[in-house]
This record gives sequence, structure tokens and C-alpha cells, in this order.
Amino acid sequence: MFDVSLAALAAQVFTGLVLGMIFVLLAIGLSLIFGLMTVVNFAHGSFYMLGAYFGFFLLGRTGNFWVSLVVAPLMVGTFGLLIERFLVRRLYGRGPDDPLLLTFGLSLVMVEGARMIWGKIGLTFDPPRALASAVDLGFTRFPAYRLFVIAITAAVLVALWAFLTRTDVGLVIRAGSRDPLMVRALGIDLGRIWLIVFGIGSALAGLAGILAGPMRGVYAEMGVTMVIESFVVVVVGGMGSLLGAVVAGLLIGEVVSLTTFFAPKLSEIMVFVVMALVLLIRPSGLFGEPGLLE
Amino acid sequence: MRRRLFGVIAAHPVVAFVVVFAVFPFLVPYRALATQVLIYGLFALGFNLLYGYTGLLSFGHAAYYGLGAYGAGIALAKLGVGSLWLALAIGLGLAGAGGLVIGFLCLRRRGIYFAMLTLAFAQLLYFIGFHAATWTGGDDGLRGIPLHPLGIGPFTVSLDTSIAFYYFAFAIVCVAVAGLKRILDSPFGAVLQAIRENSDRAMACGYNITRIKLLSFVFSALFAGTAGALEALRLNVVPIESLYWSTSGQVVMMTLLGGAGTFFGPFVGAATFLVLEDRASVFTESWPLVIGLIFMAFVLFLPRGIWGTLLYWIAPRRTPA
Repeated sequence: MFDVSLAALAAQVFTGLVLGMIFVLLAIGLSLIFGLMTVVNFAHGSFYMLGAYFGFFLLGRTGNFWVSLVVAPLMVGTFGLLIERFLVRRLYGRGPDDPLLLTFGLSLVMVEGARMIWGKIGLTFDPPRALASAVDLGFTRFPAYRLFVIAITAAVLVALWAFLTRTDVGLVIRAGSRDPLMVRALGIDLGRIWLIVFGIGSALAGLAGILAGPMRGVYAEMGVTMVIESFVVVVVGGMGSLLGAVVAGLLIGEVVSLTTFFAPKLSEIMVFVVMALVLLIRPSGLFGEPGLLE
Repeated sequence: MRRRLFGVIAAHPVVAFVVVFAVFPFLVPYRALATQVLIYGLFALGFNLLYGYTGLLSFGHAAYYGLGAYGAGIALAKLGVGSLWLALAIGLGLAGAGGLVIGFLCLRRRGIYFAMLTLAFAQLLYFIGFHAATWTGGDDGLRGIPLHPLGIGPFTVSLDTSIAFYYFAFAIVCVAVAGLKRILDSPFGAVLQAIRENSDRAMACGYNITRIKLLSFVFSALFAGTAGALEALRLNVVPIESLYWSTSGQVVMMTLLGGAGTFFGPFVGAATFLVLEDRASVFTESWPLVIGLIFMAFVLFLPRGIWGTLLYWIAPRRTPA
């Protein structure tokens, strides 16, 4: 039926893996923030956009991609800290809808702000020279930069996992998403933990942005559809489950990439079809626990 | 005196609505704006039934608005339907069916998931509308919707002038407002508000809350679909943005600006939003930035919205006008 060469298909699977990694970075941030604070950050996509722009301009200033790769996410993380401290924090104790509404307004402001400051036309962001070549994988040639994205995301995920399971702060974060009342009763200041988690989540979105920049271009609206697709990833994986976010992120990445290959028009639609199927069969998501955090 | 006025409005909200909107086109700079306020007010009214009264935040109401618009538009432009009434009914039917299916799926999850799911399904419809260009016109929007004369019994009325169209929309929105009042005053409406206040308790009282929420969702979709169908007739075009998330965001902002959970909030919000947008476009291209900041300020400092705050100040008994 399809006249496809295996090499082209394999390359597409790899592309899906790269896209999936970007989804994973975004979804883990969303999921962490939600799991601990029951805040859905609608502006998460705008943090992603901000990461890409910061990366682009840092690269212009310093001429060094590696410096930008570290500094841009830190800048976005700091921005996230300020947003949590001065805006989101005011809404704790109100319904969970209010932070969603607030960050929705924030995303409008950020996207329009980016258009005003950096223009309406997208920017092209070249990958660093060291990674500009293609690597021969035996069955196909693949851009080195994309392999690098896979590697760096995997490394960040391992580091995050170690942080959450091996450190005291990580322990408090996990405990706080289970039973915040009990954690408070033990005399732990959850406000600081919330701040840290919001910062980490924002920094991960910023990292996703700068990594995606050289592959997908940099423009003000780049985060808008990404945040909706990341929501889908979180729903499919199960809210608050990090393993779920990783598996679902890779799954959605492959679904998008492979449908683009076979039926390009359906690629955006398939994401939501997968979500509807998961909801029908397993409403709490692949790795979610039913009734948790609702 | 002011309290008395609010008391009268609270006692007869439908009459108050009819009186204000009967003269409304003569109070705003131009008629098109008045019609827009009516239509978006109706859209926000539908959203408010779900959010303000049932406590379910939908971030995907563009779906039902768009289904109503495309339903009526496709009936007139592609299927050659000659009656505006039939076209409206088709738009309504499509919006209601969409509300039933999507509502069923989204109500499988509670709380904040619900908002995200409604948003995701609305995006699904957007992409379908985008790619099904033979029917929807795709990116260019659905063009060439004829505005046939309206048949009322043995008479036919032309809606070509903006004032005629305003009063046609006015008549339909009046029916919708009366319908909403009827819903809210019924035992069903009381259960909706019980669900908003404490859904576990409503469930413990023996109500099948999932079914009631679904019914509220479908009613809400029907109101939104009516608004969409009217807008399709007004513009003679259905832009693809009708289904886009920005449209969902607009109705959320309008309702919250006006005051969620109040009877007139949606119309106050729609009027505020549209008049501000109209005025702001003179000074700046960056309307989303302006409204985004205003909206954030409202969420932070005025969560009751304009009308809700007025009611709170003037009528301490908080009569839900």
C-alpha cells in the first residue's frame, strides 16, 4: 500500500523521538507544577517561547551555544520564580481554576509582548557548528544536533529523577504532592518548595524552547500549540506521574511524526484521537492513579 | 434608590434585558457593534451557564460556537437550504450533538482536567475544520453565505439592513435569555448551583451529577451554537478562527470581566470587551496585550467581575440578578 523505504521510515521514527523529547521536557514541568500545587500553568508554552528567544539572543551576544544552553533556561527559571512569587502565589486558597485563568492572561501578554519586542517575523536559529553535520547511523544519516537533543534530554531526565528520589528537597516535593497538609504539619515551609518547583518547571520549558529553536524556528506563537499538545501528553500519561509524562511524550512524538509521514493532514488530529482513546479506555491516563489530585 | 433599581432588575431580569437591548443600538457608536454585543453576550451566557452556575470551566467553547456557525453556514452556502430558520436549527443541532459527545468524554475527568480536555477537543475540531476545506473553506473560511429573507408565518422580512438584523438577533437572544431564566429557576437549575457549591454533597443527596452536568454542558453548547449561527449570518462568512482556542479564550474573558455566575455579567462583559477593543484599536495594534493585562488584574483583584462587584456593593443581600 505504501511505497516506503525502510531507511526513510527509520529516520522518521528518530524524528519522532526528538519531538517526543521536547514534549517530555514540557510535560514534566507542567506535571510537576500541577502535581504539587494543583496549578495548571497555561503560560508554560510562553516560557518555552521565551527560552528560545533568550537562547537566540544569548547566542548572538556570546557567540557560544553552550553558554546559551545553560543560561537561557536559568533566565526562564528565574522569570518563572518571579511569576510564582508575585502573581500565582496570590491565588492559593482560591479555586484551581483561578491560576489557570491568570496564566492564560499572562500567556496573551507574553506572546503579544514578544511580538512587540522581537517582531512578528520568526527568526532562524542555526545549530552550533560542532553539531551542524549529519551522523551516519548505518541505516540512515541523521543530523547530529537532533541526536544531541535526545542525549541532553535523557541526561536532564536522569538528573531530575536523581534529584527527586535521592535528595531531601526531592523527598519533600514528592511528599508534598501526596499529602500537602501532612507535610505542613511536619513543619516544612511548602511555600519555598512551591517556588522551587515552579522555577524548575519553567526552566525545563525554557530548555525545551532553546533545544527546539534550531529545529522548529523561533517565533512568538511557537508555544501556543505546544502547550495544548503538552496538556494532552500529561492527560495521556496521567497527571502527576513523571514516568507517565516520559512514556506519553515519546508516544505522542512518534504518533505525530509517523502520521506526518503517512498522512500529513492527519498529524495534528491524531494527537487528540490518541487522547480520546486513552480517556475512553483508561480515564486516569496510562500511569495515573484514579481520583488523585482532582 | 439605587438599591431599589437593582431590586427591580433582580426581580425581573428578562424584562430588564428586553428594555435595555431594545434601545441598545442607539446607545453605541454604530449598529454592528450593538449586534456583536448581543451575539457575543449570548455566547458568554452559554459559557456562564456551565462555568458560573455549574462550576465547570470549559476552555473549549469555541467548539460549539464554531459548530453552530459552520452548521448554519454550510446549510446555506453548500446545501442550498432556503430557510434561515432551518439553517439555524441545523447549526443548533450540530452544536448540541458536539456538546453531547465532547461533554460525555470530558466529564470523565473532574476538576482542572476538565478545562484542559475541553480545550484539547476544541483544537481537534479546529484542525478538522482546517483540513476539511471542501466543506469548511479551510484556512480562507467559509465564504458566500447568503442571507435569505426571513419567513415569519405568511410574511417575509429582509434582514439586509443592520437595524433589521439587530432586531432579528435581539428576538432570538430574548428567547435564549428567557430560556436561561427558566432553566435557572427550575429544580434542575437549583441542582446545577448545588453542584457548583459542593458536588460531593449534591451526589450524596442522590442526584446523578454526571448526567446533570452533561445536560448543563449540552444546554451551554446550544446557547453557544446559536450565537455562532447568528454570527455566521451577520458576517456572511465563517472564519476558521471561530473554532480556534483564541475564541474560547475570548468568551472566558468576557464572562469573567462581566461577572461569572451573575445573570447580566456575560452581556456586561461582552459589551465592555467589544467596546474596549473597538476603542483600543485606535491607539494600539497590541490589543491582546491590553486585554491580557486587564484580564489578569480582574482575576487577581476583581474576581467577581464588573456586574458581580456592583451587585456586591449595592445589594448586600446579593440577589443573583
